[in-house]
Amino acid sequence: MSDTISPELFLHLVELAALELTSEEGEYLRGQLNGQLKAIAELERVPIPDDVPPAAHGVAFPAAIRPALRADEAKVDASLAERILKQAPEIDEGYFVVPEIPHTDL
Amino acid sequence: MWEYGSVEVNTPILPHLHTPYMPELCDLTAHQLVAKLKARDITATQIIESVFRRIDAIEGRAPSTAPRSATPQPGDAEKVHAYISIQRERAFERAKAIDAQLERGQDPGPLAGVPLSVKDIFCVEGTSSTAASKMLEKFIAPYTATPVERLEKAGAVLIGKANLDEYAYGSSSESSAFQPMPRNPWDLTRVPGGSSGGSAVSVAAGEAVVSIGTDTAGSIRQPAAFCGVVGLKPTYGRISRYGLIAFGSSLDCPGPLTRDVRDAALMLNAMSGADERDSTAATVPVPGFTANLDEGVKGLRIGLSPDYFRIRFPDPVTGEIRDQDLSPQIVEAVVVAAKKLAAAGAEIIENVPMPNTHLAIPAYFVISRVEAASNLHRFDGVKYGHRTNGAVSDLRAMYRQSRAEAFGLQPKLRILMGMYVSGAQYARQYYQRALQVRTLIRRDFEEAFDKSGKYRCDVLLTPTTPTTAFEIGAVYGDSVLMQYADLLTVPANHAGTPGVSIPGGLDSRGLPIGLQILANDWDEATMLRVGAAYEHITADEAWRKARPKVLAADF
Repeated sequence: MSDTISPELFLHLVELAALELTSEEGEYLRGQLNGQLKAIAELERVPIPDDVPPAAHGVAFPAAIRPALRADEAKVDASLAERILKQAPEIDEGYFVVPEIPHTDL
Repeated sequence: MWEYGSVEVNTPILPHLHTPYMPELCDLTAHQLVAKLKARDITATQIIESVFRRIDAIEGRAPSTAPRSATPQPGDAEKVHAYISIQRERAFERAKAIDAQLERGQDPGPLAGVPLSVKDIFCVEGTSSTAASKMLEKFIAPYTATPVERLEKAGAVLIGKANLDEYAYGSSSESSAFQPMPRNPWDLTRVPGGSSGGSAVSVAAGEAVVSIGTDTAGSIRQPAAFCGVVGLKPTYGRISRYGLIAFGSSLDCPGPLTRDVRDAALMLNAMSGADERDSTAATVPVPGFTANLDEGVKGLRIGLSPDYFRIRFPDPVTGEIRDQDLSPQIVEAVVVAAKKLAAAGAEIIENVPMPNTHLAIPAYFVISRVEAASNLHRFDGVKYGHRTNGAVSDLRAMYRQSRAEAFGLQPKLRILMGMYVSGAQYARQYYQRALQVRTLIRRDFEEAFDKSGKYRCDVLLTPTTPTTAFEIGAVYGDSVLMQYADLLTVPANHAGTPGVSIPGGLDSRGLPIGLQILANDWDEATMLRVGAAYEHITADEAWRKARPKVLAADF
């Protein structure tokens, strides 16, 4: 049985996933993905009538048990903002600092 | 992993039964401690001192994210390693405050002085909150998760943050970036289960009295079964997920791990109910979960399904799907329980069909990976978490390098699978189909619990796990086999329905067996009632007196 995820497709997925892998990691992970797809293939073997709707989650969540939307009001907590910013790798005067953003000059 | 030799099921060996064992305060249940505290027989400070004596004796060194190959040290294998971080000072301050409240004649709450461990996937303000990942090794949570906040408000005392599989991605706790990993207190060569492994270990070994974990495919119930404690996954939406580091957002449920059913009910009382900070926390009324605990099982209809007594999984070598029976000792434990519950007045309904059970893992492989990949995109080295120190050419290179350095193999694997099965050209084949299968699994439960249907079950009684605790290293690395450890727990996550694992005996190796009780939406109360009844029925049995091996040592 040939691998569903070829080395080429795998490299594309790694790019989409914003990852970088060593060749050893890549080999292991591609093997695991293909193994999991063999288990997943069981889904394709069972007949599913077209009228079976997809379930985004299990328990019904009608309006009667959903919390009402709260008013769209800002709750300002300066100390919380400070604590959150403190977790950032690099900040400058309340802004997150990042390396050069890829762009194309027009 | 599934293979066991033939065994004599009725005579479990109890190797630790005759060793001298004096329970200390940290070995009591929460409700026992609260009663003693409120009677002023003991102080909260004494409870916390007792827990830290136990921690000092059996916990071992603090774990680190050093490379795995560098970590083993002499003595690691003799300790339980339940925690990633321990909040000793904070705990004693809280205990003192509770004692002062009692001194003033104030009510310190229904969980006053109860030592609590928190799976380190919940944010607790001012504590390191890591999700057992190098990505969040230095993250200090700026706010507290709602269920933890509610437990603390009820008087529980945070002892520490418990170890887990990285981002909760696993069933053995082996994938934690923080090593040494937690070990099973009943047999230190075996896994405690996962992903809430540290939580289960801490409760089983007296390093906490109660714990809060999360259950996405069985991550509360499976480690509870492996460690001989109670673990409860409530109905999806019963407990707020605010402040929980997300894994599978349509599946994740916070819930308690405790020593008995009453403690689980007390924890549910404290944590349940709507939360303005989580729009998926339902506004359904919260009953008092302790109110009907002692009503027994007379007249209740308890279902048994043949689909929970066999496992269907792909052969690790050929990938061929095989059917196999469960460990006979586990089957026997469930059958014995059904007979005893019947003798106590329950009606046993046999042959309740749950025909889509075997599709729950394949569907989970798809749904949980899509949700995990989506949730992991936020870890980009910008707002919090690890950023590479290496030179990078631009923002995209920084993302890739930071994620490459700080994610372990499990997060990487789950992101890649999530990207694949949700890709535009594959989504119909995989993701849409998995969501349809989810509907089929849900319908199995609806039919079993339908009040005017053929079966009219109040609860289903099943094994929690296909095996008892397996050896460290026996499954880790095979992500397919590891996922199948959740085969009997994950259907309830797809359906959103509640489930609880309670201790149901020991196997011939002296390892705990878990019984799972599954109930209808929002009906945790009936499930707890059945669990409490079984505790009552078996209160005098020898296995109930057995203690984890790690506690038999002289310390």
